[in-house]
Amino acid sequence: MIWFVLRRAGSALIVMFVASVLIFLGIRALPGDPAVVMAGEEATPAVVAAIREEYGLDRPLPAQYVTYVGQTLTGNLGRSTQDGLPVSEILLQRLPVTLELAALAMLVAIVIGVLAGIIAAVRRGRLPDYLATGFGLAGLSIPHFWLGLLGILLFAVTLRWLPASGYVPFSEDPGGNLLRMLMPSLVLGAGFAAVLMRQTRSAMLGALSSDYVRTARSKGLPESAVVGVHALRNSLTTVVTVLGLQLGALISGAVVTEQIFVIPGFGKLTVDAVLTRNYPVIQAVVLVTVAGYVLVNLLVDIAYAFLNPRVRLSGGTDG
Amino acid sequence: MTLLEIKDLTVGFDTEDGLVHAVRGVSLDLAEGEILALCGESGCGKSVTGMSIPRLLPPDSTRLSGSIRLDGRELTGLPEAELRRVRGKDVSVVFQEPMTSLNPSFTVGYQIGEVLRRHEKLSWKAARARAVDLLRLVGIPAPERRINEYPHQLSGGMRQRVVIAIAVACSPRVLIADEPTTALDVTIQAGVLDVFRDLRDRLGTAIILITHDLGVVADIADRAVVMYAGRAVEQAPVGELFARPRHPYTLGLMKALPTAAAAGADGRLRLAEIPGMLPSSLSDPAACLFHDRCPRAKDDCVTAVPELAASGPGHLAACFYPLEDGSR
Repeated sequence: MIWFVLRRAGSALIVMFVASVLIFLGIRALPGDPAVVMAGEEATPAVVAAIREEYGLDRPLPAQYVTYVGQTLTGNLGRSTQDGLPVSEILLQRLPVTLELAALAMLVAIVIGVLAGIIAAVRRGRLPDYLATGFGLAGLSIPHFWLGLLGILLFAVTLRWLPASGYVPFSEDPGGNLLRMLMPSLVLGAGFAAVLMRQTRSAMLGALSSDYVRTARSKGLPESAVVGVHALRNSLTTVVTVLGLQLGALISGAVVTEQIFVIPGFGKLTVDAVLTRNYPVIQAVVLVTVAGYVLVNLLVDIAYAFLNPRVRLSGGTDG
Repeated sequence: MTLLEIKDLTVGFDTEDGLVHAVRGVSLDLAEGEILALCGESGCGKSVTGMSIPRLLPPDSTRLSGSIRLDGRELTGLPEAELRRVRGKDVSVVFQEPMTSLNPSFTVGYQIGEVLRRHEKLSWKAARARAVDLLRLVGIPAPERRINEYPHQLSGGMRQRVVIAIAVACSPRVLIADEPTTALDVTIQAGVLDVFRDLRDRLGTAIILITHDLGVVADIADRAVVMYAGRAVEQAPVGELFARPRHPYTLGLMKALPTAAAAGADGRLRLAEIPGMLPSSLSDPAACLFHDRCPRAKDDCVTAVPELAASGPGHLAACFYPLEDGSR
């Protein structure tokens, strides 16, 4: 198990290295001189030259890369061209907001999606199945932004149950924080719940018709153990895979959701940075996103090994 | 002493094409410590008959009637919750596919221990200790180590032994073994059959052995029921059945067996096949279902159902024109 984790971590590091090279080259391959872009169109050649020297843009690319990696590893991600604040500081401020939103949305998705998937599979072809698959289809088809707007109209404007937008840090006002996060996490989680529901349902249907479930029934186990232990355990691999794959969609979903509910998170930071061509921020945002992906994939692999003994022993994911 | 008594068991399945008649009025009984073979070709209803006893059939589409009595207790009308106390305890099952009938995500010890915890209310620790004993009983070497292994770490024969260990964990009265050796190599087959024999001798378990393999029947069974198209067509002690088959279908099955005597003058083996095909399971005509494949059929075979009738000591055959002694 330790070897397995170490090997997975090693390949994660390789992916991070390649990603950092690509990000580094990507920024430099953009049309135009970054120094000119950063300095602005009105800047004098002297200012451009100063920026070029400050950022080391006049040095050869490998040397620039080494500097870039060194700075990144020590937490120096440059300064925002917008307000001059250190990018690392901005990230530290914005990331927790999005992580909270993502975690709550995932929680919503797992609780609703997995439960609905199990119920739909067990009650296949009956009313609960039709309800779950019907809501699942709706959840997949309705875009976040529209669902968000509808939610605001209904719960904030008409019923006045929930605030329409805004954000309070959890540390300052836990109740207010959760109240404001409720609608965004439901909106963001709904689509994932639908995906998870469908995947859980089909995985459970497969497991429920398997020979080992028949064996479990022949032991005289109660249906709760047959479904909740024997069938579910083998379906969880699918659920974990889908969760991992959905992370990308979660980030893009967070971008939209944060815009609608005016939440100062990572997604809103990304959109603002792109709109203002804030290169240091974009670079950092991409790097953090890649790191997030790699980390989640690593966790998914470890979860696989935990759930499926065949993966653990063969040392690969193809067991 | 009759342990299990099945009377007029009829099982049908609702399908898109209509009602499929899987078992058509089968009656049989099983004595304590007896090994009874249910044999016949694929689709003859032998497995469905076996699975009807612990009612391990899809509940929504199954139409079951008749009577199944275990120790005088009627099982057919029993609610699910009651039946769950019977499954794995009084009646247990060994399935055909050892490669897939164990859960890949749990250790062998967990899967054996589970049934002991359920029926014998043992603690995990006690269940584990018993599981080691059971693995030893079914002939698995180094059981203390094997108990922590997962099914994929075991060979097919080993897995089938684990499945048997699960089935006999609570010393069931009746063990239903559905083609238990079909998926195994011949050499491993013999070992698994020995385990069954041993269990019968040691625990007194009555065994219903479902198989299409007449070699297995001859090897281990005390008595055999031959099924064809959902009906029991012949029933006899194994020695009697092989010596004096009465039903033309039984004889056809035996002629399809490779034996030294079947070799022709050129030394090559010629196996006889039964001409024709199984009748449709969608209709249930009042006729002998074998008539259109039978060399001895006459007009009344098409208009009436032959009932099982005595034709020797403990020997029953459902045929209007049964074979006489020495006619094979």
